[in-house]
Amino acid sequence: MAFALAPEPPVAEWLAELDGWLRGSAAFFAARPAVLDLAAVHLTGAAVAHLVAELKARGIRVLGLENIAAEKLVPGLPPLLSGGRTVEVADTAARATGEGAAKEAKRESSLIVDTPVRSGQTVFFPSGDVIVLGAIGSGAEIVAGGSIHVYGTLRGRAMAGTSGNANARIFCRRLEAELLAIDGYYRTAEDLDGNLRGRPIQAWLAGETLMLAPIE
Amino acid sequence: MGKVIVVTSGKGGVGKTTSTAALGAALARSGQNVVVVDFDVGLRNLDLVMGAERRVVFDLINVVQGTARLPQALIRDKRLETLYLLPASQTRDKDALTEDGVERVIAELRMRFDWVLCDSPAGIERGATLAMRFADEAVVVTNPEVSSVRDSDRIIGLLDSKTIRAESGERLEKHLLISRFDPARAARGEMLNIEDVLEILSIPLLGIIPESEEVLRASNLGAPITICGRESAPSLAYFEAARRLAGETIEIVYPGQKRGLFAKLFGRRAA
Repeated sequence: MAFALAPEPPVAEWLAELDGWLRGSAAFFAARPAVLDLAAVHLTGAAVAHLVAELKARGIRVLGLENIAAEKLVPGLPPLLSGGRTVEVADTAARATGEGAAKEAKRESSLIVDTPVRSGQTVFFPSGDVIVLGAIGSGAEIVAGGSIHVYGTLRGRAMAGTSGNANARIFCRRLEAELLAIDGYYRTAEDLDGNLRGRPIQAWLAGETLMLAPIE
Repeated sequence: MGKVIVVTSGKGGVGKTTSTAALGAALARSGQNVVVVDFDVGLRNLDLVMGAERRVVFDLINVVQGTARLPQALIRDKRLETLYLLPASQTRDKDALTEDGVERVIAELRMRFDWVLCDSPAGIERGATLAMRFADEAVVVTNPEVSSVRDSDRIIGLLDSKTIRAESGERLEKHLLISRFDPARAARGEMLNIEDVLEILSIPLLGIIPESEEVLRASNLGAPITICGRESAPSLAYFEAARRLAGETIEIVYPGQKRGLFAKLFGRRAA
């Protein structure tokens, strides 16, 4: 599972913003390859190669490119990918109704998902909180820049605070999670206290430790 | 215009082909025109379960590629005159299916039949996604055990994203068919309960098919369980499921749960 980075023009500003995120969670991308989604920018092949190099200098490995014309691919670039299964409301809004709408969507600070998130699906919302009115299936992922609220059973992975936000929290009605992470610090199901399973819990970050407690 | 229903699961071996044949025969028995289509190119099984393996001349790939016309490939069932089979090819594989070709074939089948039941292969790749692509409704077959349930959850996610209906914002109705249910094992905790499965998958329950040796017997004899073994428990459950698929409201009685005398005398609650 890879993260999608979607640069927006002007690219230099976007890179500066990325630097800000990375200051908060420098090692975040160390084990996570990224997919570069070029839908919102118009770059030449050489410019894309330069961007890939800039990301590499920041420790971000780009494993593939999306939404770029095949003719622009110069040798040495990561491969063109298709059929990505990420669910990103802001991105699809951009493609459907143009840049104006994209900027609107990005300013929204929370995403509400009112259907269950099925196994194999990813909800990726780096701009803010994600609220799910349903269950998260085993093998599904929620990746949020802000907090994650699950009004249902959390069976998959929840990764909050991915934009370097250590104050983000994770809430769920019933804990059956496979992995919880806040700002890059994570715990797998094995490391979660046995008597927290099946209960409503909240998780938060205390220093470098992920803390969990039941919600009464 | 007929209804296209995909019978899918994600996991292999849970009862898609058995269920496609059983539901198809049950619907045909009530006089409806039914075709069952095998989408498992290269590993075809529906022809065996339908007892038609010695009559296959042309198949789905031939029709998709235009080397045969649809009526040449359709095989009529010897026992039910409104039941037909469109077999898959055994010598090719799923790459021989094209989206345009499948669209054409499904459109033609829709015009000739009341029900088009598509037997999906296992997995989430091309064969499975093409089998579901043009469906109006889906029957998700699940065994009450953890791997099957997770794979079914995955498949439900694909039904909500990779079908024409989903892409155009329409609803694709999904029905859960729990198969190979053994109430004794569920009570011992060796199998998931019905409630557990429903809670995880959250789609309406179409029916519960109990585990039974009759199913294997019927498929070895080359007949759907609803034709050969008609009075058996799984067959009766399939007949009920077919009626629910056709819109009837029938209460689901969980196997192993006896309806109280009071309920039997006075209550036939709508489900």
